[in-house]
Amino acid sequence: MLKSWKEIPIGGVVDEPGKSREYKTGTWRVLRPVLHLDKCVHCMFCWLYCPDMAIVIDSSGQKPKMIGFNYNYCKGCGLCADVCPTNAIEMRPETEFAEE
Amino acid sequence: MNNIDLKKARAVTGAEAVANAMRQIEPHVVAAYPITPQTPIVEYFAKFVSDGVVRTEMIPVESEHSAMSAVVGAAATGARAMTATSANGLALMHEVVYIAASSRLPIVMPVVNRALSGPINIHCDHSDAMAERDSGWVQFYAESNQEAYDLTILSLKLAEDESVRLPVMVSLDGFILSHGVEPVEFLPDEVVKEFIGEPKMIYPLLDTEHPVTYGPLDLYDYYFEHKRQQVEAMENAKKVFPKVAEEFYKVSGRKYDFVEPYKLDDAEYVMVALGSTNSTIKYVVDWMREEGFKVGALKVWMFRPFPKAQIQKYLNGRKGVVVLDRSASFGAEAPLYEAVKSALYNVAIRPQMGSYVYGLGGRDILPEHIRKAFEDALSGNLIADEQRYLGLRE
Repeated sequence: MLKSWKEIPIGGVVDEPGKSREYKTGTWRVLRPVLHLDKCVHCMFCWLYCPDMAIVIDSSGQKPKMIGFNYNYCKGCGLCADVCPTNAIEMRPETEFAEE
Repeated sequence: MNNIDLKKARAVTGAEAVANAMRQIEPHVVAAYPITPQTPIVEYFAKFVSDGVVRTEMIPVESEHSAMSAVVGAAATGARAMTATSANGLALMHEVVYIAASSRLPIVMPVVNRALSGPINIHCDHSDAMAERDSGWVQFYAESNQEAYDLTILSLKLAEDESVRLPVMVSLDGFILSHGVEPVEFLPDEVVKEFIGEPKMIYPLLDTEHPVTYGPLDLYDYYFEHKRQQVEAMENAKKVFPKVAEEFYKVSGRKYDFVEPYKLDDAEYVMVALGSTNSTIKYVVDWMREEGFKVGALKVWMFRPFPKAQIQKYLNGRKGVVVLDRSASFGAEAPLYEAVKSALYNVAIRPQMGSYVYGLGGRDILPEHIRKAFEDALSGNLIADEQRYLGLRE
């Protein structure tokens, strides 16, 4: 919930550390990456290239596994889909998910 | 104008007066770059630093953009930080002048008014400060060296007030005040120190127990709210200023207000102006009063926030109001005239109004010029939509 001018610190000051987590840049997204797990070989290219650390992986096993995306911070740049060697990531228009 | 006790006064230039105000304030940081006619302020202050009179960290920067940037950085840590400039130096600061105001840093900056280039000119007019009119700084204009000294000290208290937290420019006319010698009554150092008190820090950057970020990206979701806060801070400055002025009166015996009326009680024709020209206007008012003309003057001490209510109170019902501007707004009305005219839109009895631009680039303003403008008013020859000029070769 956005705050009124009476409720925020003056001067544009951010008054505690780590507040960028609260800023959901995922709302900027126009295209949404969708993972087709059947094609994914878990090469970690998407994880390496993602500029927003929005690739979610499971690193509990011996090798890390690609699970999906953190849509709170994924801006939809499409780099992951571009570098994916098996075309396992598809960029779909956000409008298709408007109901969610 | 406040009376000065000549036995207690010292004959000093405006620059020396302001530099001594800075010495008594003893800011933690002064970052400055020399520019005529501000230079002697920085020279005097640098001498105080090198003589060990003050403990200020003096940063001789490579440009005014850096001067204001260093002062912004210092003020964000919670330090008292000051600079001073003129004309093109102020223009070079411009970007950071806005950042100082929007970051709500209580910086006090004497501005020694000088014409902006081009063509290049080093003499007095108000085009430099007027270019920062909408930057979000409080603006005062001094008539005398005494006022430049007093307003510098008073401004610090206003700037640091918790409900204000805005930077303040103290304008003093280049050469006329900065290099002109006048008697100035200085307050004792300890009186100034007690008047300004210890700095109240809000979100100090060096408080590592409570880390804060200054200057983050602020987009369509919050920028507007921050601008609204700046509007409110200006309103608060109007509320706080009379209290600060009252406190200053108690320690100095000198009164300050938004505006200063001069022989206004029965005046039918009133001249409004900023800065040192008010002394010449008062001389002409006295001269014309001796001849029986009901004329008076209204000096505007505080230009931002603009004291609309006081302007309305003093000018409602007058027969004629003449506004003198020492800067032009090309393609529109001159800034002081525009503000006064706009303030008088809603008064019960609107006076006739006339706009006179004078003194650009240091052109002398003579009593005869001022008398001419008063005579236009007296003869009913004021046209609200016409800009006239004093001392210009037609």
